[in-house]
Amino acid sequence: MDLSWTAEETAFRDEACRWLRANVPAVPLPSLETAEGFAAHREWEARLYADRWSVVSWPAEYGGRGVDIFRWLIFEEEYYAAGGPGRVSQNGISLLAPTLLDHATDEQRARVLPPMASGEVIWAQAWSEPEAGSDLASLRSRAVRTDGGWLLSGQKTWSSRAAFADRAFGIFRTDPGAAKPHHGLTYLMFDLSAPGVSVRPIGRLDGKPAFAELFLDEVFVPDEDVIGEPGQGWRIAMSTTGNERGLTLRSPGRFLAAADRLAALWRTHGDPSDTALRDRVADAVIGARAYQLFTAANASRFAAGETIGAESSLNKVFWSEYDIALHESALDLLGPDAELAESEWAEGYVFSLAGPIYAGTNEIQRDIIAERLLGLPKGRR
Amino acid sequence: MRFLLDDEQREFARSLDAMLTAADTASVVRAWAAGDHGPGMDLWARLAGAGVFALAVPEAYEGVGPLPVELAVAFTELGRHAVPGPVVETVAAAVLLADVGGPAAKEWLPRLASGAASATLRVAGCGPYALDADAVDAVFTVSGDELRLAPGPGELSVSSDPARRLLRPEPGGELLASGARVAQAAEAAARWAAFATAAQALGTGEALLRATVSYVGQRTQFGTAIGSFQAVKHRLADTLTGLEFARPLLYGAALALAGGVPDPGAAVAAAKVTAGEAGYAAARTALQLHGAVGYTQELDLSLWLRKARPLRDAWGTPGACRARVLADGPAASEGLAH
Repeated sequence: MDLSWTAEETAFRDEACRWLRANVPAVPLPSLETAEGFAAHREWEARLYADRWSVVSWPAEYGGRGVDIFRWLIFEEEYYAAGGPGRVSQNGISLLAPTLLDHATDEQRARVLPPMASGEVIWAQAWSEPEAGSDLASLRSRAVRTDGGWLLSGQKTWSSRAAFADRAFGIFRTDPGAAKPHHGLTYLMFDLSAPGVSVRPIGRLDGKPAFAELFLDEVFVPDEDVIGEPGQGWRIAMSTTGNERGLTLRSPGRFLAAADRLAALWRTHGDPSDTALRDRVADAVIGARAYQLFTAANASRFAAGETIGAESSLNKVFWSEYDIALHESALDLLGPDAELAESEWAEGYVFSLAGPIYAGTNEIQRDIIAERLLGLPKGRR
Repeated sequence: MRFLLDDEQREFARSLDAMLTAADTASVVRAWAAGDHGPGMDLWARLAGAGVFALAVPEAYEGVGPLPVELAVAFTELGRHAVPGPVVETVAAAVLLADVGGPAAKEWLPRLASGAASATLRVAGCGPYALDADAVDAVFTVSGDELRLAPGPGELSVSSDPARRLLRPEPGGELLASGARVAQAAEAAARWAAFATAAQALGTGEALLRATVSYVGQRTQFGTAIGSFQAVKHRLADTLTGLEFARPLLYGAALALAGGVPDPGAAVAAAKVTAGEAGYAAARTALQLHGAVGYTQELDLSLWLRKARPLRDAWGTPGACRARVLADGPAASEGLAH
């Protein structure tokens, strides 16, 4: 058992640290869920990309550095320790890109990945529908065959970043007569500015347009924007959600940095006699370390050639609940200023509240843990 | 970076598990609780034969240690099988004597490593009791900077876990060593005791979860296994999540004790509070999901249920551990990092 880094890994950490300390904006960018903040975050992505720091784990030909999962973890630690901005391209780089790397053609990768990495094209996800949330396979938006492509019609919702994004990806029903709900689905990419697309931004809990409804009326998608074989969309999408819940959606670096900020806040604002709050701050510090080490163990398994399956549901339940608890502790330390909408912790708190809901609700994750890891019998959802 | 047990360490866990499964530890625990130490000391000899106590004793004193990763593996198994006796305290006594050195170390350590002797200890500041002092060959006490061999086991107090026999060692006794070195060694011993207790708590929680998963898969109500109900599943899922995030902290602490950081105190405290809480949460889940039958002393489950709470509190209460984690500052994650 070994938690140490090689000299090369340490050199990589130092190089990332130097670049980040020199380049991370000194003043935090405006919220990326606003038009102004979205544009500022897009510019930041371009800066990262110019020096090949936006997608370090991707192959060099698409703008990355081809580093392994350990160096990705190192980069993420340094990124958040340096106060790096939230990643406006997150949907694309952590959800769509792994799917493209596994299932797309060389032509599609070469066309889609570099502008994704540079922030030139920001991607939104188009999974949920008004009647298809946790039961995603019941989705009804359809794609009908036409000359040279498909015509999309229907409605998607809770589409994160879609208010300002350029393109979207999701699954659509191409064979309504298929025997089972998750058969006959196809994975497609489409332009949010294409004729027939209407985007209606939705204000999240704090009013910012963090997601949107998409109304689709015979939107043309050329064949070149179909990923994998038509009819295989469910299988391909599940490989994406596996990534989403697994190692790459929320890196430990993010929570280590947040726990450090919370501990610093405790030292300046905490009442030493308030041991109940002290214990919660300590739990945030411990939880960040637990998540870092849990990830180190899974990354070690991954590096040894094992696959990470239903264990990623443990991960998702842990970090989403952890994130809320950490922010609640910060708000408690702020006292009367906790309710200020513009406090340093407000944006993170509102964002954390969505964690147990998106990327597969925690209720679905607990079903997966119970059935696949503990072997309990299936029952009604 | 390879944060995984190797094949040899996994095999060590499997062989201890097999040995303890065959040993029918439930009846050993019941005998121990009734004051019959015979079956427990037979098991002690077999654990020593498997090399468990030698893991805490340096080579200079005929041990193979200290090997904290292997100790974590072993003590998780001891917890899973609810092994009674001062196993943690013997490890702590070994650390204490090795750090103090001198004639006491030469006299006792080879015998602790081989299982020829068992020991317990009481460290001032870590509670007034020496666990199972009436069952061992040596009761060490540390007060201030004096290490003594207690003249007698003292008076028995009944624990809520009858298999934990709490005694207040008689005062005085032979002075074995004194000086600042003793106080430092006692601090290290308490840290290793917290670490081994964390492993025991994790194993206790694992056993409780496993027994409960098995029970809810068989117990039928409303015409179906109760394990198919979401309220039951989700509680068990949360219990597993708690245990699986305690485990990496335990091995993180093991590497810290192996020399990864100058002061492993925060890493051990983090592991102790997290494993202790996860083990106790597993006990609450096990009790609730077994229903009334789980609330009986007759069911062997009670042997684990009653142990989870004392292990959560022994050698570092949750509050003390959390305070220790925050004591390092200023960067919170640095205190735990490598």
